[in-house]
Amino acid sequence: MTAVSVAAAKAPARRHLLLVVLAAWVLGWVVLRGRDTLALGGAELTPLHTALGEGMDAVDDSRNSNPFFLYFVNYIRLFIDEAVTFVQALISQPSFGRPVPVLGWLGVTGLAAGIALLYGNRRVALLTAAGFLSFGVLGLWQESMDTLALTLTAVALSLAVGIPLGVWAGLSDRFNRLVTPVLDFMQTMPTFVYLAPLTLFFLIGPASATVATMIYAIPPAIRITAHGIRHVSHETLEAGASLGATAAQSLRHVRLPMAKQTIIVGVNQTIMAALSMATIAALIDAPGLGQTVLKALQTLDVGTAFNAGLAIVIMAVVLDRVTSAASRRVEAERRAGRLRSPRGRRLEVAGVLGVAGVLGYLSYTYVWAAEFPAEANLGSYVRRAADAASVWVQDNLAAYTDAVKNLLTNALLNPFEALLTGSPWWLVAAAAVAVALLVGNVRAAVVTAAGLAALVLLGLWQDSMVTLASTLVATVLVMILGVVAGVWMGRSDRADTVLRPVLDAGQTMPAFVYLVPILGLFGPTRFTAIIAAVVFAAPVAIKLVAEGIRGVSATTVEAATSAGASTWQLISKVQLPMARSAVTLAASQGLIYVLSMVVVGGLVGAGALGYDVVAGFSQHQLRGKGLAAGLAIVVLGIVLDRVMRAATQRADAASHGGAHRTSHRN
Amino acid sequence: MTVPSVARDSRAERSSAADPDHTQAPPVLAVRGLWKVFGPKADSVVGSTLPRAELKARTGCVAAVRDVSFEVRRGEMFVVMGLSGSGKSTLVRCLTRLIEPTAGEILLDGEDVRRADERRLRELRRHRIAMVFQHFGLLPHRCVLDNVAFGLEIRGVAKPDRYARAREVIGLVGLGGFENSYPDQLSGGMQQRVGLARALAADPDVLLFDEPFSALDPLIRREMQNEVIRLHREVGKTMIFITHDLSEALKLGDRILIMRDGELVQVGTPDQVVGAPADDYVRDFVSDVPRSHVLTLRWIMREPQPGDDLDGPVLGPDVVIRDAVRAVLSAERPVRVVDGERLLGVVTSAEILEVIAGEQR
Ligand SMILES: Nc1ncnc2c1ncn2[C@@H]1O[C@H](COP(=O)(O)OP(=O)(O)OP(=O)(O)O)[C@@H](O)[C@H]1O
Ligand SMILES: [Mg+2]
Repeated sequence: MTAVSVAAAKAPARRHLLLVVLAAWVLGWVVLRGRDTLALGGAELTPLHTALGEGMDAVDDSRNSNPFFLYFVNYIRLFIDEAVTFVQALISQPSFGRPVPVLGWLGVTGLAAGIALLYGNRRVALLTAAGFLSFGVLGLWQESMDTLALTLTAVALSLAVGIPLGVWAGLSDRFNRLVTPVLDFMQTMPTFVYLAPLTLFFLIGPASATVATMIYAIPPAIRITAHGIRHVSHETLEAGASLGATAAQSLRHVRLPMAKQTIIVGVNQTIMAALSMATIAALIDAPGLGQTVLKALQTLDVGTAFNAGLAIVIMAVVLDRVTSAASRRVEAERRAGRLRSPRGRRLEVAGVLGVAGVLGYLSYTYVWAAEFPAEANLGSYVRRAADAASVWVQDNLAAYTDAVKNLLTNALLNPFEALLTGSPWWLVAAAAVAVALLVGNVRAAVVTAAGLAALVLLGLWQDSMVTLASTLVATVLVMILGVVAGVWMGRSDRADTVLRPVLDAGQTMPAFVYLVPILGLFGPTRFTAIIAAVVFAAPVAIKLVAEGIRGVSATTVEAATSAGASTWQLISKVQLPMARSAVTLAASQGLIYVLSMVVVGGLVGAGALGYDVVAGFSQHQLRGKGLAAGLAIVVLGIVLDRVMRAATQRADAASHGGAHRTSHRN
Repeated sequence: MTVPSVARDSRAERSSAADPDHTQAPPVLAVRGLWKVFGPKADSVVGSTLPRAELKARTGCVAAVRDVSFEVRRGEMFVVMGLSGSGKSTLVRCLTRLIEPTAGEILLDGEDVRRADERRLRELRRHRIAMVFQHFGLLPHRCVLDNVAFGLEIRGVAKPDRYARAREVIGLVGLGGFENSYPDQLSGGMQQRVGLARALAADPDVLLFDEPFSALDPLIRREMQNEVIRLHREVGKTMIFITHDLSEALKLGDRILIMRDGELVQVGTPDQVVGAPADDYVRDFVSDVPRSHVLTLRWIMREPQPGDDLDGPVLGPDVVIRDAVRAVLSAERPVRVVDGERLLGVVTSAEILEVIAGEQR
């Protein structure tokens, strides 16, 4: 009991201390403004950057002499390149001395719809056919097939690696303990920062793109497989053992079949992650729709970007629906029992494959079935319509969008950025460490100090502060959205049914796609980047908050209602406080998501670290700085993640500690 | 109540009288000094006499089974009973080393199970001992036929043979016609019949049941108990049956082993347990049992007194009191309890009424 009351008494004291720290910082800023800000111009380099660049050059030069490259990396690169090229030869690129790929649009569409029919159902087969045809209609057949080829290769490799590792992690506690932190790290690392180092090893092109995609797509495959294997009913396993099953038999006959549905969910997650990353890998020259979007973004061609973005969305929807239908089918088939005889199934498979084969043959032989007919290409209409819409919006809604933009920029972003970038670095560092100590714990403070020191050493202090300012502002917006929409969703079933599909769709969309309409609305500014990050991160935050609100015991809510609490009192005094740990978790997740959009933001005018990374891709002399900027983003991510985690722990301890203590004593 | 010494082992004698093999034949299963300790440095806890809670506080170990010894005869229905957490599941799993025992000896037909290597252990599990689980442990992705044939499949029996055998046992447990259903299409009772059929399919010598009917509702439970009694009679397997339900134990058991906090408290026939509880724990346990339903005349007969007329009606010593009430109360003279030619004692209305009056309390 005493510990609880001490904690309760401490909370306001901490809050006062926090205010004192902030006040001291502002005061320091007023007095010392502009001193020791460690500014560095866009094209300026520090010795470290030059050294990093030279190091990268050295690695480049040793590519054909160093044994590590000769006997290891280069083989992997060759193998992956070959794999991607092979799939491209099948569906997207002229190959084998032909002017067209092996399978033309008719063959690919037929095959895809056939697979959807065999593993899913008639509805998703139709959706698949319509989706694939729309790639042609949008005038993006080849680009779409390139993206599909890259995605499928990466998915195949990810599953080939991920499922066995997942099974292993499911069976062995020791291996599970070993991989979990690695996966954690892979998943918290902002998506884009490993692109640059990868190109160092695998060169610019399909191999780097595939490896980057795999890094992003393997964690869900491993995690979800391991979860499925691990959570097979203990008693069923025991029953197998009691009948004398060997470990291999128990895996084959008990664990794998019972985990099958979960593993397919993992496949779905892997595919969606791969598609998202495969489009982003355009930054390192991956072919496909991502390229089209990227080029259009760079020339601010909203129409083209929208057109290609639409194709990406369609592909995401098709892939998601087909794999979801496949996982539901596993369950449905089990329930339907043996109603459908194996013979009937075999006939169905043969029929579908036969039809797909005929279509494939047609598309192999005839040009009309190989190249999508130009008359059906309606891409230019879509582009023009999107352009027109963007112009109309910018002309007619400018008053509103500008009002929002200016309000947020002047009221929130500018002051905060000024404070972070205008203060001497040591003042910012001292304030940040103090804040980490107050909201988190000593360890968080130590990590913060080390991280900030690293930023100084990397020579990117000011850029980091600009990025940090946008990141924090975006996170605040995410949390406002998250709490408002999350509370609404958590309290109302109707809101849940309306919002959830929208959020799910938002989460399956590749990150690139968000930029397009936002760019159309706000033009290329850091504000656009912030909004894109908010849109990207909000679904996670909203869902987590909603879950927390739903998790508040119905009895408690009933008790408060019967005591006469108003709706507002109920939310503010009961539901939100009790969901506090969910809210903090939402904040930390939202922050990670926001941070992973920093590089994308660099494409549309966010400047700072995002710009440094992007510039590093395109300009040779800025490579070293780009790499340093990538590192700086990782450092920011680690620091923010640690502080948020410590804060979450503190919130958890505060909301559960009392309950634990009392229950222990009883 | 005083226990006449002649009454010891009444049921065992009864069954041994029916089948003289039993007394001579070595037990199917002999367990000696079995321990299972969960926790760090489990070995060092073996032999400790500290109470469970104190042991846990001092060493962090839980002694789930401590120093348990018993023997199970061939063809016997042996029931292990105890409250939740008393270590029944652990005990029964130790028998086939689904849980590795910490110390002790387990002899299956004289063979030390604890010495068996992995391969031999699998052999034992595949051919000699099978188990039925509380929550059935069926494979949801397999139909009834494939579930029942699973054990045979594992040991490599060809498809036609294993299906033929599976159909046979499915018929035996009364599930004919459901071969192609899936577990989640069946009621709880039917699912447990599948579990039972799966265990029977391998034609094991010993069947283990871990609270197989606890998850079922009372009516189905009664039906399944009768089913097990029928099967026990028909296939004559040795069965070890775990339950926390005293009435189930009394109904099924040839003998009952009572556990508390991992320790064996008493082993005996149902009427011994009810008539001569080993301590207050067991006495408390059986206090609600209608004694006239369990105890036999052997338990209440008295030595003939000089004044008794010894020409009254005759009953056997193993007649349950409930069944003798009418005969004794309607007889004018004391009823003679006779085993073969030998007069064991007499029973009058006084003894019967004493028992029945005791139940009303
Ligand atoms: N894997 C384990 N690790 C630690 N302790 C265990 C483990 N399994 C069982 N125990 C402990 O051993 C004791 C006996 O458990 P067991 O499951 O054998 O009891 P039970 O008599 O079968 O109870 P129930 O009627 O609830 O099934 C319990 O105190 C339990 O907490
Ligand atoms: Mg149990």
